[in-house]
Amino acid sequence: MEKPLTEHIQPGEPPLDLAAYERTGGYEALRDALRSMEPREVTRIVEDSKLRGRGGAGFFTGMKWSFVPMGENAPREKYFVCNADEMEPGTFKDRYLMECNPHLLLEGMILGAFAIQAPTGYIFLRAEYHKSEEVLAHAIREAREAGFLGKNILDSGFDHDIHLHTSAGRYICGEETALLNALEGRRAIPRAKPPFPPVVGLWGKPTIVNNVETLCNIPPIVRNGADWFKGLGLSEEAGTKLYGVSGRVNRPGMWELPLGTPLREIIEEHAGGMREGYRFRGVIPGGASTDFLVEEHLDLPMDFASVQKAGSRLGTGTMIVLDDRTCPVGMVLNLERFFARESCGWCTPCRDGLPWVEKILEDIERGGGREDDLGLLQEHSKFLGPGRTFCAFAPGAVEPLQSALKYFEEDFRRHFDGKGCPYHPQPAAAR
Amino acid sequence: MATIHIDGKSYDADPGKNLLQVSLSLGFDLPYFCWHPALGSVGACRQCAVRQYRNEEDKDGQIVMACMVPAADGTRISIEDEEARQFRKSVIEWLMTNHPHDCPVCDEGGECHLQDMTVMAGHAYRRFRYRKRTFTNQDLGPFINHEMNRCIQCYRCVRYYKDYAGGRDLDAFASHNHVYFGRSVDGTLESEFSGNLVEVCPTGVFTDKTLKHHYTRKWDLQSGPSVCAHCGLGCNTLAGARYGGVRRILNRYNHEVNGYFLCDRGRYGYEFVNRPSRIRHPLLHTDASDTDTLSKPESCSPEEALRQARDRLRNARRVIGIGSPRASLESNYALRAFVGEDYFFNGLPSAESHLVTLAAEILRNGSAETPSLREIEGADAVLVLGEDLTQTAPRMALAVRQSIMRAPEEKARAVGVPPWNDRAVRDVIQAERGPLIVAAVDETRLDDAATSVIYRAPDDIARFGFAVARAINADAPPVEGLSDEETDLVQRTAKTLSAAKYPVVISGVSLGNEAILQASANIAWALDREQKPVGLSFVVPEANSVGIALLDSAPLRGAFELVSSGKADAAIILENDLYRRTHALDVEKFFTGLRTVVALDSLRSPTTDRAHVVFPAGTFAESDGTFVNNEGRAQRFFQVLSPEGDVAESWRWLGRLQSGSAPSDEPRWKNLDEVLDAMAAELPDVAGAKDAAPRADFRVAGARLPRSPRRFSGRTAILANLDVHEPKPPDDPDSPLTFSMEGTAAMPPAALVSHYWAPGWNSVQALNKFQDEVGGANRGGAPGVRLIEPEKPIHSYFTKIPDAFSPHDGKFVVLGLHHIFGSEELSRHAPALAERIPEPYIAIGDADARARGVTEGRELVLRIFGREYKLPACVRPNLPRGVLGVPFGLPGLTGIVFPADGHLLE
Amino acid sequence: MLTDQEREEIEAELPHYPRKQALCIEALKVVQRHRGWVDDEALRDVGGFLEMTEHEVDSVATFYNLIYRRKVGRNVIHLCDSVSCWVMGCDRICEHLKNSLGIEIGETSDDGRFTLLPIPCLGDCDKAPSMMIGRELFSDLTPEKVDEILRSRK
Ligand SMILES: Cc1cc2nc3c(=O)[nH]c(=O)nc-3n(C[C@H](O)[C@H](O)[C@H](O)COP(=O)(O)O)c2cc1C
Ligand code: SF4
Ligand code: FES
Repeated sequence: MEKPLTEHIQPGEPPLDLAAYERTGGYEALRDALRSMEPREVTRIVEDSKLRGRGGAGFFTGMKWSFVPMGENAPREKYFVCNADEMEPGTFKDRYLMECNPHLLLEGMILGAFAIQAPTGYIFLRAEYHKSEEVLAHAIREAREAGFLGKNILDSGFDHDIHLHTSAGRYICGEETALLNALEGRRAIPRAKPPFPPVVGLWGKPTIVNNVETLCNIPPIVRNGADWFKGLGLSEEAGTKLYGVSGRVNRPGMWELPLGTPLREIIEEHAGGMREGYRFRGVIPGGASTDFLVEEHLDLPMDFASVQKAGSRLGTGTMIVLDDRTCPVGMVLNLERFFARESCGWCTPCRDGLPWVEKILEDIERGGGREDDLGLLQEHSKFLGPGRTFCAFAPGAVEPLQSALKYFEEDFRRHFDGKGCPYHPQPAAAR
Repeated sequence: MATIHIDGKSYDADPGKNLLQVSLSLGFDLPYFCWHPALGSVGACRQCAVRQYRNEEDKDGQIVMACMVPAADGTRISIEDEEARQFRKSVIEWLMTNHPHDCPVCDEGGECHLQDMTVMAGHAYRRFRYRKRTFTNQDLGPFINHEMNRCIQCYRCVRYYKDYAGGRDLDAFASHNHVYFGRSVDGTLESEFSGNLVEVCPTGVFTDKTLKHHYTRKWDLQSGPSVCAHCGLGCNTLAGARYGGVRRILNRYNHEVNGYFLCDRGRYGYEFVNRPSRIRHPLLHTDASDTDTLSKPESCSPEEALRQARDRLRNARRVIGIGSPRASLESNYALRAFVGEDYFFNGLPSAESHLVTLAAEILRNGSAETPSLREIEGADAVLVLGEDLTQTAPRMALAVRQSIMRAPEEKARAVGVPPWNDRAVRDVIQAERGPLIVAAVDETRLDDAATSVIYRAPDDIARFGFAVARAINADAPPVEGLSDEETDLVQRTAKTLSAAKYPVVISGVSLGNEAILQASANIAWALDREQKPVGLSFVVPEANSVGIALLDSAPLRGAFELVSSGKADAAIILENDLYRRTHALDVEKFFTGLRTVVALDSLRSPTTDRAHVVFPAGTFAESDGTFVNNEGRAQRFFQVLSPEGDVAESWRWLGRLQSGSAPSDEPRWKNLDEVLDAMAAELPDVAGAKDAAPRADFRVAGARLPRSPRRFSGRTAILANLDVHEPKPPDDPDSPLTFSMEGTAAMPPAALVSHYWAPGWNSVQALNKFQDEVGGANRGGAPGVRLIEPEKPIHSYFTKIPDAFSPHDGKFVVLGLHHIFGSEELSRHAPALAERIPEPYIAIGDADARARGVTEGRELVLRIFGREYKLPACVRPNLPRGVLGVPFGLPGLTGIVFPADGHLLE
Repeated sequence: MLTDQEREEIEAELPHYPRKQALCIEALKVVQRHRGWVDDEALRDVGGFLEMTEHEVDSVATFYNLIYRRKVGRNVIHLCDSVSCWVMGCDRICEHLKNSLGIEIGETSDDGRFTLLPIPCLGDCDKAPSMMIGRELFSDLTPEKVDEILRSRK
């Protein structure tokens, strides 16, 4: 099984330095591209590879790049931004890549920047990733010294430099337009779309924002070709994916597997199955903002299309397992509390709707729930949906809620009847 | 034109607009909060949700925000869609989770957009059963009350305050449902346009603090169309009154003039009307001429005052009349008619009179049109010569601030972002702004918005202007001896103006420099010769400065001469404190030479104290009359209060004074229309003023127009402690308005709109229903009539270019530096505004200060025209050498004629 | 006034951004690194340097949870309270911390050693529960482990 992202790294090992990275064939793709390819060709390979963004939304990366205005009349200033804000609860994949193989990311970024002819790149790194910060800063220095960054890279006439920008918290910074505002030193409020960043982005200039994992796929794609990449997936979809599992499983962790690996295999084989005394009840498949999947979905191939068909989203591919001794209502409360707290506060449904949801769930957990609360929760999961809010934050926030109402309605009712949480007898707040 | 479909019906729509704008313009009641016609769309509140269908076949559609979707041809939406309705209801419900429901004690109650939208969206029943989050409030100074718990986080306040008005001390703090709007720390809001927050905020977070002190609900306010009396721009206002006092000023939309916004002087200056120092009854003052034994004036009956005044005037050798730029056209005319053309003077010092007249002449005879404020907002390049607009013509500064968005907006349009998409526009253009070039003597409050600023002495500003004209058109006279820096800016400015689609040049009279006016005229003419469209705007100091210029009368000096030569011995002084106009010694001499002084004014002043008879003149609030603003627009203001005591319009007093002495004698004018008719017949230049508003006999469907709103309550209760009988509403012979709630409910002509109210719309946002299209022209056209339209003659350039300014040893040119709060005569008396008046100072340039070892705050003694002024130094980094400034018009500093020669005493 | 050191650190970032104001968050972080938190004076210092008003700087500062606008202890404990850690029992750890330190979330211990704050997912979900103190990450927390960590901190 090919693992282009992780084959050379081991958890716990020190990061690959430049020399080590080059020994694995690192920067060959960049040399090739700069020597013999037109920028558009790079974009075309990525388009052909059918690589989909690994940041959560699954947008086709090559297509995104192709929206950037090119040619004579295009603005000279363009930006290539790596979204390393990884704050989606349950997600811990980008950190791994950055801390173990930073040059893979840098090479991906430089290739992307070359494809859109952007002289400047930024890595937008979440504040809490101190180790990543150190590793990346070092790698950037190495790359600069070796001439992979800076003026006239490898004598190609192409200039590009990457700056590491560390954030100051707030989950919404991961939303790509909020991220742009944060990079500009403003409040991280999402921007109106259209216009989309490839046309109007950072400082008003064409900008690509891609996830860390997405970008780490670029060097192998450019090196090995689109067909190779398409061949990696188990299903229709191309490439591998970092899948992670947390919760009460025997071996929580993360693995690079072909896209389309069945859920059961991930949980039972790679994560070692449920811990002794715990039964599987469900899983949030791709970070906090995705709908629950339950037992009936265990044989689902974990790719974008299949998970979508099952009513959820592949998201970040890092899953949180719900076991039978954990209260689903409590779990949803935890999630909604997170979302209520992290809402940027720009639009009404999200800013004021989520705290309400949080309060209802809290009340239910404490035993104050009422039958009509279910209706209110239903209403919220609908009215915080796509198109109704300013950005995708709130729709994501209600995904676990709406699916919990679908799959765990009984658990909600048990709270009403028993005047409290049947799983955790004492009030949630005191636990 | 596009065709759009709303709930199955087709409508014409402007594809340059968004669906919310279009729907409202079509008369649909679609609720909204964050959108504002002047601020554009940002899609934050999510209140304007509708369902949009892709095409005729699409039956599902999706929920979209009307304010974020262009009204493109073929767009199909449903406003009535059940889910869209439900969603809109939910948005209110969310907002209400934290809203305190304190409507009964909220100043906004009864005119609250949130209340209106709540009813409109249909949310009535509370389901949220948890605690609300609460905030603490801030002290934001004398104008604005802050009550954050009422906030619905629509972000309008900061968008208005920061993005629109350029303020930098109000912001959004924190995130999620803790977003807070205020300042980092308590403190007075710095923007001169903060008062608009009161109208911009859709609920009761920002309310009018001055209103709070004498609060009245909107439905209990008798209100009428008025015109701001506090500068030369003539912003339209709605004055609201109860219990015989003015309670507040609101913006009255005039598409061409002030649009949606006023300045704080205009909004908060009104309280002078309610001052105890108001003259409410005629005063007699037998020994007024003896300065040493100035007696206390005594009140008397109108009949007695009229009798005494008539007697005195009849016995006079010659009566002269002194008019005023703060009195209405009608009152000035009435005085002119009384004393005769040759003996009527405009009440201005010679220099100002000359400049204002010159400005009017340039506009009349030159080929450059003078722009309205709306047109200034539309300019894509602006040059300001010598004015600190924020202080001298505040609302114009706000208009200029909008103009800098025009050029960058085009850039946004090029990437498919329409101007109404406010956040996207700002994302595209970032910090880029269109050209604004400011040449001033000192820092101005527009510098932050300017692309280039230079600080020069007045003559050098003029030279700069002349040089720009020359750089545009080679026939204009050349300027020698400019520095490289100046030449460079001249070239760039000329290029910028020439390249603009609609450049505007602004100058004014505040520096008292003729050459600056001439230079700006040259620039406009130069552009005109190059076949470029151009606007030329002059700032004048007072509400009727242009009006009085059009009456074409001589300055004060002429009056002084008639008296000193013994040709005249009696004067009628109309709403004018001569001590503010010129040197006290000259005024003293004038009064000493007079045997009779009759004054008409609203507030006591040193001048009224010198009058033998004083008649209580109505302020804007108790008068009908016409002001002509800086663009020559004649605008009518109406009584909002039926005058208390013996107060009456000056023209009315003058009419009575002129009739026979028997009580039965008819006054010369029965009503305003008679004055206007007589004036029109006699003075063709101002004849158009007649048409500034409908005549008194105008009726809508046979009925008058009520000043009191339909829900006016307790007319019988107001005086119930005195009398349970309902008094008859006062007559109003001068206008089609009544002092009651009876009358037509039909849409009045724009000039007669007394309040914004429409079914379902109780807040100021009801204004939507008073426009042709939302944010567009007033229904029936903008109020007022332009009296000045250029005739396109061949003009020849002004050629008298001043020499470069060179500082004299020991002698300074002293300029009057204008302050929005304090420099204007009437608004100074408003208590809230008085809190914002600066302490007097002497401004000295950094270079001069260093040369003389002067440090900030050190006391300086400045001698001007034989008088010494002892004031602390205010060291200004940019004030040119050889120039000093003192605040214009502040107590203790009146009567200096600027520019003055001054000496600093050691 | 910014110290020379602070100014230097901020200026080092200047060339990477086309506009000074973009450094707002970075500058706040620099100041916080040196002063522990961002008091009103720090706001003005940063504003002075970036040509922003204190209100503008504060507007940005208060948006981000890792800019402290209130005084914090020498060690700021960021306890992850997101979903994986919750499933794995972070509430218990939280209780333990609160009891050991005698403070509630958001408070600082009397001796000024610790401030306890929640933090969203630290990206350490496979080793939940987790917390971060300063720049250091602690995984697979148990009450005993927490005690040890607290002891080791001045
Ligand atoms: C609320 C919210 C948070 C997000 N957080 C992240 C994040 O932390 N990291 C990330 O890569 N993408 C995140 N995204 C997705 C980004 O907006 C964007 O789609 C992504 O960075 C694009 O990269 P990709 O196409 O390579 O996936 C988030 C989106 C939303 C709506
Ligand atoms: S949905 Fe609205 S409030 Fe929530 S994060 Fe997005 S823009 Fe902000
Ligand atoms: S008015 Fe449309 S979202 Fe606020």
